[in-house]
Amino acid sequence: MIKQIIKLHSLKGWLFTFSLLGIAIILLPLLNIFAPENSFLHIPDYMFSLFGKYLCYALVALAIDLIWGYTGVLSLGHGVFFSLGGYAMGMYLMRSIGKEGVYKSELPDFMIFLDWKELPWYWWGFDSFIFTFFVILIMPGLFAFIFGYFAFKSRIKGVYFAIITQAMTYALMLLFFRNNTGFGGNNGLTDFKKILGYSLQEPSTKMSLYILTAIVLFIFYVVARFVVQSKFGRVLTAIRDSENRVMFSGYNTLNYKLAIWTISAFICGIAGALYVPQVGIVNPSEMQPSNSIEMAIWVAVGGRGTLSGALVGAGLVNGAKSWFTVAAPDYWLYFLGILFIVVTLFFPKGFVGIFSRLRIKRKGNQNG
Amino acid sequence: MDSSGAHVKDDLIDTRHGCILYIEEVTVSFDGFKALNDLNLFVDDGELLCIIGPNGAGKTTMMDVVTGKTRPDEGTVFFGQNLDLTQMTEFEISHAGIGRKFQKPTVFLNHTVFENLELALHTNKGIWQSLTKTLNGKQREIIEEGLETIGLKNQKNLRAGLLSHGQKQWLEIGMLLAQDPRLLLIDEPVAGMTHQETEHTAELLKSLAGKHSVVVVEHEMDFIRSIANRVLVLHEGHVLAEGKMEEVQNNPKVIEVYLGS
Ligand SMILES: Nc1ncnc2c1ncn2[C@@H]1O[C@H](COP(=O)(O)OP(=O)(O)OP(=O)(O)O)[C@@H](O)[C@H]1O
Ligand SMILES: [Mg+2]
Repeated sequence: MIKQIIKLHSLKGWLFTFSLLGIAIILLPLLNIFAPENSFLHIPDYMFSLFGKYLCYALVALAIDLIWGYTGVLSLGHGVFFSLGGYAMGMYLMRSIGKEGVYKSELPDFMIFLDWKELPWYWWGFDSFIFTFFVILIMPGLFAFIFGYFAFKSRIKGVYFAIITQAMTYALMLLFFRNNTGFGGNNGLTDFKKILGYSLQEPSTKMSLYILTAIVLFIFYVVARFVVQSKFGRVLTAIRDSENRVMFSGYNTLNYKLAIWTISAFICGIAGALYVPQVGIVNPSEMQPSNSIEMAIWVAVGGRGTLSGALVGAGLVNGAKSWFTVAAPDYWLYFLGILFIVVTLFFPKGFVGIFSRLRIKRKGNQNG
Repeated sequence: MDSSGAHVKDDLIDTRHGCILYIEEVTVSFDGFKALNDLNLFVDDGELLCIIGPNGAGKTTMMDVVTGKTRPDEGTVFFGQNLDLTQMTEFEISHAGIGRKFQKPTVFLNHTVFENLELALHTNKGIWQSLTKTLNGKQREIIEEGLETIGLKNQKNLRAGLLSHGQKQWLEIGMLLAQDPRLLLIDEPVAGMTHQETEHTAELLKSLAGKHSVVVVEHEMDFIRSIANRVLVLHEGHVLAEGKMEEVQNNPKVIEVYLGS
């Protein structure tokens, strides 16, 4: 197994991967601490929450690439799994506020506002981080498993599957919007103070969360590489290309799809849980249908079925988004739409595809 | 476990009466149109059976029914005397020992020739196995032999999408063999093949009979003539005639159907 893992990359590939990790978790923090404030090398504190957010998006893109890029199942509902992980973390963070809320009560503020007298049963346990941790690991995957079981069993495919995932995320958004559901209604969960006793306002906490996110992303990148490079991964791409052939070759494709779908949701849930303490809020808008579509676009733009493409795509699109929201907020959606159309029509292999094509060309030129 | 993949489930299939496949009174309708109409068809264990018939006769639909892709509206399909195929899923049927080559060659275009055979190879096809196991020496050997048999040794690291039509046909046949099934259903194997390739395929299929049972559907009459033992003519979802090639060819009903179409 260790041998298999080492063989995932060439030496050069591993060096590159580890350098990226090193830059992320060592160099950038060092530049923050040691580079003088006015130097252009200095990375200000607030940047780390932003980087952390991007890394969470990258993790989402990685998860979507597994199910869409490799297995050919387009999900437009990953916002749900992201939100489930996010809400679980949010509930823990709400409980950690303790009596420091506006109403100085044991209960979260929004419950006081609704005139609730006691904690609903489904909030029990969230004062414990361990409990929350397991909910984060289990809930999104479990939800995905149940949903996927029925969808794949009824052999719902392609566009139809994409549409029901949109319906799923829309339905859950409406549910979470209701105040009575008990997750803070349209305001969601916010005003967090502490995580594991550390203040969320502290730069050191933010930095730690960022570093943790980078490490988690690295681990899941290696896991995903392992998955797609195993025979399991070859079966997934085979399902994407010709599911009938796979079934007639003796594979239970339902199980394969269900497995990767659940893994994908699991990863996405963890991304959501890491995201919430870094942005300081989770609300139902995370489950807007358009949110999930945007996630799929990250992967399409970066390039499907390569893993690295997903990571690059998440970075590029969100980088552009950050720029647009400052410079021209009204035009962001137009830009996104056009970008998606251009990529689908002219660069089906995405950004990464353009590069590998250039590289092949260059090699060809050298040889000729 | 014997990973060479010799028929693990052999003893599960009851062929004591000499028959391996029983299709009885099967009817399949698509929106009222009967693609198979009260079809009765039996395949002897170890025989090479050829099925001919005009376009739309229901040949492919027959294979769909046997492999679980289409469920019959009426009738029964048994593998051996004991396995009711109408109650099994596609992959269970494949596990039981039925392999199929599609009319339109269906191989994994983005995988290499070698990987195509690897995926087909008879082995444990569970998720955990796929995730953790790599090919052992014996299995590599089987794949290499397979490459030899289908004449694609030099193309083994080539993406299957880059193969010629005939080569894809062979690759698919190779995948079938790697699956090591008891019964092979082969739909139009020589379409798009050169004369030489066709001859080679005929040799290959003939060599399979005995060890495997083989059902071949083909329009190419010379090819059928070169391999056929028993021939069966399908027409409008029903068996019109059966017998030796010459008998069938001289059967007035058959002549009428073919000239009429
Ligand atoms: N899924 C389907 N829906 C509707 N009609 C179908 C379907 N599959 C097959 N048919 C019809 O059933 C009839 C039998 O088709 P089938 O493919 O079995 O013929 P075939 O004997 O294999 O013909 P060919 O020699 O052209 O391959 C045809 O008229 C076809 O149009
Ligand atoms: Mg046909």
